[in-house]
Amino acid sequence: MRSLTRSKVFWPLVALVALLAVNVVARPGFLGVRMQDGHLYGSLIDILRNTSPILLVAIGMTLVIATRGIDLSVGALVAIAGAVACTQIAASPTPGSASTVLIAIGTALLVCLVLGAWNGFLVSVVGIQPIIATLILMTAGRGIAMLVTGGQITTVNSPLYKSIGAGFLLTLPVSAIIAGVVLAATALLTRRTALGTLVESVGINPEASRLAGVRARSIIWTVYVFSALCAAIAGILISSNVTAADANNNGLWIELDAILAVVIGGTSLMGGKFSLTGTLIGAFIIETLRITVISLGIAPEVNLVFKAVVVILVCLLQSPVVQRKFRARRRAVAQEHGEAVEVVA
Amino acid sequence: MDDPATPPDSGLGLTERPPEAVVQMTGIGVEFPGVRALHDVDLTLYAGEVHALLGENGAGKSTLIKALTGVRPPDAGEIRVAGRPVAIHGPAQAQDLGISTVYQEVNLCPNLTVAENIMLGREPRRAGGIDWRGMRRQAAEVLGRLNVDIDPASPLSAHSIAVQQLVAIARAMQVDARVLILDEPTSSLDADEVAELFRVMRGLREDGVAILFVTHFLEQVDEIADRITVLRNGARVGERRTGEMTRIELVSMMIGRELAVLEDIAQDTEARDESAAPAGADTAPTPFLRAIGLGRRGSIEAFDLDVYPGEVVGLAGLLGSGRSEMARLLYGADHADTGTLEVDGAPARLRNPRAAIAERIAFSSENRKAEGLVEDLTVRENIVLGLQAARGWARRVPQRTQDELTSHYIEALGIRPANPEALVRNLSGGNQQKVLLARWLATAPRLLILDEPPRGIDVGAKAEIQKLVHDLATQGMSVVFISAELDEVLRLSHRIAVLRDRRKVAEIANGPDVTARDVLELIASGGQE
Amino acid sequence: MAATEVQAGATTRTSRMRGTSPLARYGSVLATLVTLVLVFVIGSTRYTGFLDSQTILNLFIDNAFLIVLAVGMTFVILTGGIDLSMGAVMALSTMVTARLLIAGWAPGPVIAAVLLLGCVFGVGVGLFIRVFEVQPFIATLAAMFLARGLCFVVSPNSLSITDPFFVSLSQSRIRLWPTGTAFDGRTLYAFISPSVIVALVIVAIAAWVLHATRFGRTVYAIGGNQGSAELMGLPVARTQVLVYVVSGVCSAIGGLIFAMYSLSGYALTGVGVELDAISAVVIGGTLLTGGSGFVIGSLLGVLVLGTIQTIISFEGTLSSWWTKIVIGALLLVFVVLQRLLIIRRRT
Repeated sequence: MRSLTRSKVFWPLVALVALLAVNVVARPGFLGVRMQDGHLYGSLIDILRNTSPILLVAIGMTLVIATRGIDLSVGALVAIAGAVACTQIAASPTPGSASTVLIAIGTALLVCLVLGAWNGFLVSVVGIQPIIATLILMTAGRGIAMLVTGGQITTVNSPLYKSIGAGFLLTLPVSAIIAGVVLAATALLTRRTALGTLVESVGINPEASRLAGVRARSIIWTVYVFSALCAAIAGILISSNVTAADANNNGLWIELDAILAVVIGGTSLMGGKFSLTGTLIGAFIIETLRITVISLGIAPEVNLVFKAVVVILVCLLQSPVVQRKFRARRRAVAQEHGEAVEVVA
Repeated sequence: MDDPATPPDSGLGLTERPPEAVVQMTGIGVEFPGVRALHDVDLTLYAGEVHALLGENGAGKSTLIKALTGVRPPDAGEIRVAGRPVAIHGPAQAQDLGISTVYQEVNLCPNLTVAENIMLGREPRRAGGIDWRGMRRQAAEVLGRLNVDIDPASPLSAHSIAVQQLVAIARAMQVDARVLILDEPTSSLDADEVAELFRVMRGLREDGVAILFVTHFLEQVDEIADRITVLRNGARVGERRTGEMTRIELVSMMIGRELAVLEDIAQDTEARDESAAPAGADTAPTPFLRAIGLGRRGSIEAFDLDVYPGEVVGLAGLLGSGRSEMARLLYGADHADTGTLEVDGAPARLRNPRAAIAERIAFSSENRKAEGLVEDLTVRENIVLGLQAARGWARRVPQRTQDELTSHYIEALGIRPANPEALVRNLSGGNQQKVLLARWLATAPRLLILDEPPRGIDVGAKAEIQKLVHDLATQGMSVVFISAELDEVLRLSHRIAVLRDRRKVAEIANGPDVTARDVLELIASGGQE
Repeated sequence: MAATEVQAGATTRTSRMRGTSPLARYGSVLATLVTLVLVFVIGSTRYTGFLDSQTILNLFIDNAFLIVLAVGMTFVILTGGIDLSMGAVMALSTMVTARLLIAGWAPGPVIAAVLLLGCVFGVGVGLFIRVFEVQPFIATLAAMFLARGLCFVVSPNSLSITDPFFVSLSQSRIRLWPTGTAFDGRTLYAFISPSVIVALVIVAIAAWVLHATRFGRTVYAIGGNQGSAELMGLPVARTQVLVYVVSGVCSAIGGLIFAMYSLSGYALTGVGVELDAISAVVIGGTLLTGGSGFVIGSLLGVLVLGTIQTIISFEGTLSSWWTKIVIGALLLVFVVLQRLLIIRRRT
């Protein structure tokens, strides 16, 4: 029990459960999941689907943050990925064919890989602070997306493309399956190989890592490319879900949600140790919160206030000051207990 | 704790006490989570005395200072300043009580001017804000007293670490401190600067300032201290007046191992005398590593250096003479502008540390916090890091190998706590140094470049590490050994390269008839006959 | 067994003097100035009427709120922090101004209340960062969400301001010098709005505070090395909270100026304007790591951004998204320049 409460993901988990509980109270049928039209249906499934883009972006962000970096450009990358994919499909005479969709997705991923490499170049080779290096693309990126779409909202009419973000496979949302696969692959990649440790090592002490022979530069470069890749997949999910590329609004502020998910999940912005499980819970908290506000009948925009409250609460609970207090109390309780035993003996 | 605190000293032998006890700390206790950093420590500082605080690293010296300066107020005990009990909650309050501190690391702001660094927080003011001219004048006065000839208006970052240290001392002296705490101020100063610091300290002593002086250099204690307090394992071992005990007694008080270690070192010296002829030079015609005209602008002039298998080459020179710079070039940590390197007689380009590691060269930096350890990783992860980096991230070192390596080195080097999963951050300086060494030994290097830290590592750990290096060299490993302590260089090395002013000025074979004085003369003359 | 101290002949202490020339100190600001002139030259060679004095003054009028925000952001960034909540707090200020005026409050109390609001946000964020050791990025992000959400609580719709004082201020023009004669014979004057005066006064005060007060110097010290500043006994905690109060109050003033400028309060005012402020500060030569930079630079940075926007609006065929791309490119140039400067200083 003690090791459980000490675990970094304990408080986020409590928050998530509490949020779900609020929903159950507000709407007793909230947890119900039923089969309809050959797939699962219910609020939980909605949460699963809607969390996917945030989760994807947050997975990439987790690794970036673990290297002591940050990637502000992911929102713009989401827009660019959607713009590139949708303009291609819209321009194609056969928008529904598999080859069109595959080529469109492939191009979108490739463009984002290049942009991720650009971010990584600025951070790892030129040595610019990550926050400012990615701010450049955050600022310019939506302009680039608009350049691609010609400033229009590009809608696509491709059932195949739509099925990526809105479809179901084996009764589950396709987008959730994609996010789950990426999460599992990332977990395997970082923990079954030494990548996780080396990423943490670079995040904690870059110079010591370099002198120990770690390819710090290429590891940093890799995580930015990876983050861009995750953002591109998220961008495809989002644009496919709304069947349109809206350079202004697709993925707007998703970088902030993703960073929040990572921080709520217990990974420090100072880099170092990271937790993908924490990030998963963090992403769920953010989406569940949104659903909760709506299901309580509050105006959706006011969700921001609740988001702020959750951030503040989680940060407070994780803050060193409060943690010390908890530890002190725990010790005091343990001591009292010890004395009582002595008296009995 | 395996070593129970020695009972408080029985016979102080202090017949005549100076009249005024400026600071009295009694029964001081400090606890960190899971660690009892200080337990029931007494310390009294008298006006007009230099009081040396000694102890191994991790003995609690820094913690005691933090308790006095309010950086980390004590959990138990009482502090009296000028007889009145006080609770000090921060450096500002300590300063108000007349307690000023110069810390081990330079704690100034490199982005501001020298004058500001001296005067920050007590800038003279006039109508319209800070009186910049008056501030520069006051700063210049203090610097003048220290005989430091620098422009107060220049940015601090433009000056060497040694000068920055003097600026820190100037800052401490600028407030008319009644108590001056010097936390290892001499570790980055050269002999001249130390002499000058001592001159200033004597002046302050005559003015009635109480000085608490922390150092690792024992002969400095002899030279300047009136009184000595020794800490060990967070407890006070004793307080003596200087001259009441011998050097050996003092050292054994500090490390609590009586004379065993010192005898070890003495034996090493004899070993050196016997096997003085470089073992490798005759048997192996090609050196393991050969530098030809290697140099880097602004760092070190072009130099030649050969290192034979099984040979220990010592680098001797003052701080800033280019010792560490030479090491970094040999390891590929910096790019060389000129010259070439040969490994086993074949040309080798060491463009980065990875390339050096591939040639099985290891470099243990003197700056273990910044350039060595990854403090938030565990002992195991740190030990395996070098090996893992060489294999690349895709091929993880198998768990069993990791465990075996870790437990092997924890035992071989005596790393404490002997817990592979302990965070390196929580280890003492000496143990951290051992972890760093273990990382490099785990890569089975053919050449170990050991740049010994000038501070933050205790006598015991030092002796253990040097003994191990000596043993490994006899088994065929080459070593480039760098230390601020000339005695150590003489004791371990087969050959000594002498550096001065970022230039290699001489190279001599070590032997029974080579003395510290010979090397000193080489340094002084710059290799000119 | 004495450890032999290495003794040598008299060593001379070198005091290398580097980077003390005014050029080195103010080089970053100079680069911004050169950029500004360059952008102007580009604009004036391409469009007639670009160098018209009113065009330049309009830069100040249109960007008065951004100048104020950039001043607040400069304080925060100098300590090595960042404030993402400025745009949202500004929006909330416009909402509260409009709502209170509609409720019948007099302008004086309204302005006081809005300034207090900015203060409260600043104190809250500052304490959150200082006491609970939350990173500035996250703490101000939470404040941004909170402020933006509260905007919608106040009203999801745009509230218009009809208060006579605000209306008269928004319409008042301060004449500077005559520029010509209109067709009906009236003399035309170059003019600025009262908000420009407010903004410039704030710039002047901020420059003085940073240069000539202990608070200001502590701001620089914290940015240089926070640990050192604390060990030097400087009031780090107080200063750290205060810089967020400064940025909070600047956001509130920015909100008041914007409310006057637009005569409305709207929840989506200034979305992303904190990024503009950060860009202006960086283009103005302040290091994002803190400890180095000047308020004047931030002012010039805002003017550079404003000029680019003007050029793009003059160029009728260019679409608005080019603004973003150009600003991004400019950021890149400046950041790389800063980087090169740091590398050169180190060697």
